[in-house]
Amino acid sequence: MLLSRTADALYWLSRYLERAEFAARLISVRLDLGLDRRPEIDGWDFHRTFESLRLTPPSEMPATPACLVDALFLDGESRESVAAFVATARANARHVREEISSDMWTHLNGLYLRLQHVMEDEAQTSRPHSLAQIIIEGVQLFQGITDATMGHGEGWHYLQIGRFLERAEATAALLDLHFRKHQSGAEHQVRAHAEHVGLLRSCGAIEAYCRYYTADVRPERVLEFLLLNPEFPRSVRFAARRLETSLRAIAQFTSRRSGGKAERVAGRLYAQLDYGQVDEILADDPHSFLAGIAAHCAQLHGAINQVYIGYPIESALPA
Amino acid sequence: MTPPSVAEMSIDTSPLPFGAMFSGYHLGRAYDEMFERSGQARGHCRALYRDLLELSLKELRERQGEADRAFLTQGITFTVYGDTQGTERIFPYDLLPRIITAEEWRTLERGLAQRLTAINLFLRDVYHEGRIFQEGVVPRELVYSCRHYRREMRGVQVNRDIYVSVSGTDLVRLEDGSFVVLEDNLRVPSGVSYMIANRAVMKRVFPTLFDRYKVAPVADYGQALLSTLRALAPGSRPDPTFVVLTPGVGNSAYFEHAFLAREMGIPLVEGRDLLVHDNIVYMRTTAGLRRVDVIYRRVDDDFLDPLAFRPDSQLGVPGLLNAYRAGNVALANAIGTGIADDKALYAYIPEIIRFYLTEEPILDNVQTYLLDRPSDRRYVLEHLDTLVVKAVGESGGYGMLIGPHSTAAERDEFRQKILADPRNFIAQPTLSLSQAPCFMGEGIEGRHVDLRPYVLYGDKVSIVPGGLTRVALRKGSLVVNSSQGGGSKDTWVLED
Repeated sequence: MLLSRTADALYWLSRYLERAEFAARLISVRLDLGLDRRPEIDGWDFHRTFESLRLTPPSEMPATPACLVDALFLDGESRESVAAFVATARANARHVREEISSDMWTHLNGLYLRLQHVMEDEAQTSRPHSLAQIIIEGVQLFQGITDATMGHGEGWHYLQIGRFLERAEATAALLDLHFRKHQSGAEHQVRAHAEHVGLLRSCGAIEAYCRYYTADVRPERVLEFLLLNPEFPRSVRFAARRLETSLRAIAQFTSRRSGGKAERVAGRLYAQLDYGQVDEILADDPHSFLAGIAAHCAQLHGAINQVYIGYPIESALPA
Repeated sequence: MTPPSVAEMSIDTSPLPFGAMFSGYHLGRAYDEMFERSGQARGHCRALYRDLLELSLKELRERQGEADRAFLTQGITFTVYGDTQGTERIFPYDLLPRIITAEEWRTLERGLAQRLTAINLFLRDVYHEGRIFQEGVVPRELVYSCRHYRREMRGVQVNRDIYVSVSGTDLVRLEDGSFVVLEDNLRVPSGVSYMIANRAVMKRVFPTLFDRYKVAPVADYGQALLSTLRALAPGSRPDPTFVVLTPGVGNSAYFEHAFLAREMGIPLVEGRDLLVHDNIVYMRTTAGLRRVDVIYRRVDDDFLDPLAFRPDSQLGVPGLLNAYRAGNVALANAIGTGIADDKALYAYIPEIIRFYLTEEPILDNVQTYLLDRPSDRRYVLEHLDTLVVKAVGESGGYGMLIGPHSTAAERDEFRQKILADPRNFIAQPTLSLSQAPCFMGEGIEGRHVDLRPYVLYGDKVSIVPGGLTRVALRKGSLVVNSSQGGGSKDTWVLED
């Protein structure tokens, strides 16, 4: 038995942590890529960093990497900085304090307090990678603690859904942006290669990719790996699979007949990826395929909300 | 509320051979929790005193730091009202335990059980026959004029006549070492989570101090509370659902609400999670609506049901009062219990105990002057500079005049207030509240303390052996309220 509000807070708690980890890794990789460029020729492509995070680029771009770190990592005023994602996740955790384990809470609260501390210490902005590392490790540890200390019941499944829905949506959008920019083949080979590797690293996938395909990085393989790989936990297909599993589990926990709707959407999302072939996707229209995945994710969010969280009272009253 | 005293005004400071961290320690007129008048540690405190003498300033500071960090990372914080940032602060924690002997505790236990039993009988009577009015023991107008009197509760059948399931009684120790009741908290008493958290932190940062003592555990309070709530469950429902109702994360006691829900393993709900349909209370779950049977509510009467009480309340549940009156849901505590912790009614509690139980009160009250009695009023107005005057409906240390610390202008202001509305005030002698050793950063000093044990009333009265010892951290201050610079310390009740 789970309160709807609690389910909602668990979902967002997990979603915001995933968002924080994703953003931390991506910012760190983009700053790294920038260091390999010659500033007098192509400079810092901060615009791309904002786009990759699905954020509207500001009218006035940050001037230096330190400013970018300030804006995207530590801006306490913004709702879209990594620090704000962690703060929002922690605020949601406070709402479900009685539902999650004390170990989970203490760890997340510790991560939040640590970031609050960093925000007061300017020296840290010059070390974006260690900052990213704090976030990435913090979130990964939280997931480990969650799996080890919380019952894998209904509440746990909402945490899974928040995480994998965010991952599927963000990864699909990142792939879409990447292949729109680097598909033409007109660009410099070395630059394109660096970007493909950067994409893999942004998804924490470079090592796993190399084990699978060797270090021969080719765009169609990158797409196949990040979109369709069944084993790699940050691929969209893997996420869709987990979404489907968790939604089925929740439908059982709640014995809701109307649960069918959310399950159906999740099933369709998974089927597209399960039966998808990378050569067909590329030959057809990769942009519309990836945009379709993102749209499906949004639809799934709506369906979960409608069935389990914000359902109309009239439909639930005893006859 | 705060027991004021003149202790610090008449300190008869005798330099005593206190060692080490105690070099700045003074004994005043007030009872000292650790030392006898001679400066000897009391028998039950000797082992603790000797252990403390071994500690250096550095060690104490390290442990204090460790304790503060433990509270912060566990999120054992309260939200500061009026702060737009929603700043969370830790409730200051003092490192040194306060010890109560097994014998002292037995008296407290009997006294508290007696008091709450009488209070529950009184509430039943007031909202039904009113025998106590007919017999002339308590004036009818006094109860009816109380801000917390709820007309809506007249004749309502409260499950098993349990009005107050949870009470937090504030006790202070007088100069002779005896405990007296300063105040009953019968609405939504808070602080019990600190009793438990203080113990947990103490065990972590000072495990060795426990070596020489048999300290009664407090950690099973959650189970005791759940059993108490079970006594309220309607017998007709085979598998009743219990919830804790909180005003939300913005409430200063939110940590405690979540803590108790977790300890009991029951959902923590907000008003918006509940709804009433056909006088039945439901909560909104992922599996649809689920009936709620017992609500441990941490929302004040005023905010419980916007249809019955304050219409602007966003915290409550529309229709809850009617569901309650229909007997379809139980509330702990019941609605309207605040009449019994009205400060003017407090003066009658000894009579109330005699009336219902035909027993003498085991725990005394503090002598109290009722200002709507002409003779009391005359006396009080002549002695404002030595008395403490309190507004009857206030709590948290607000609305109070501490005579010996007041200016002529303040006394004049209270004189006008009293004359304008005598029913709204009481006066008490300025007490000298006991002091206990506290670590103040530079060394160990004496600070005034009170004691709030939590009394549970279900199938039987049960009191977890312990309580919240609140500390007035400012030197000489008698105000122990957290809102006014108070802190707390672990309270040890010894086992035989």
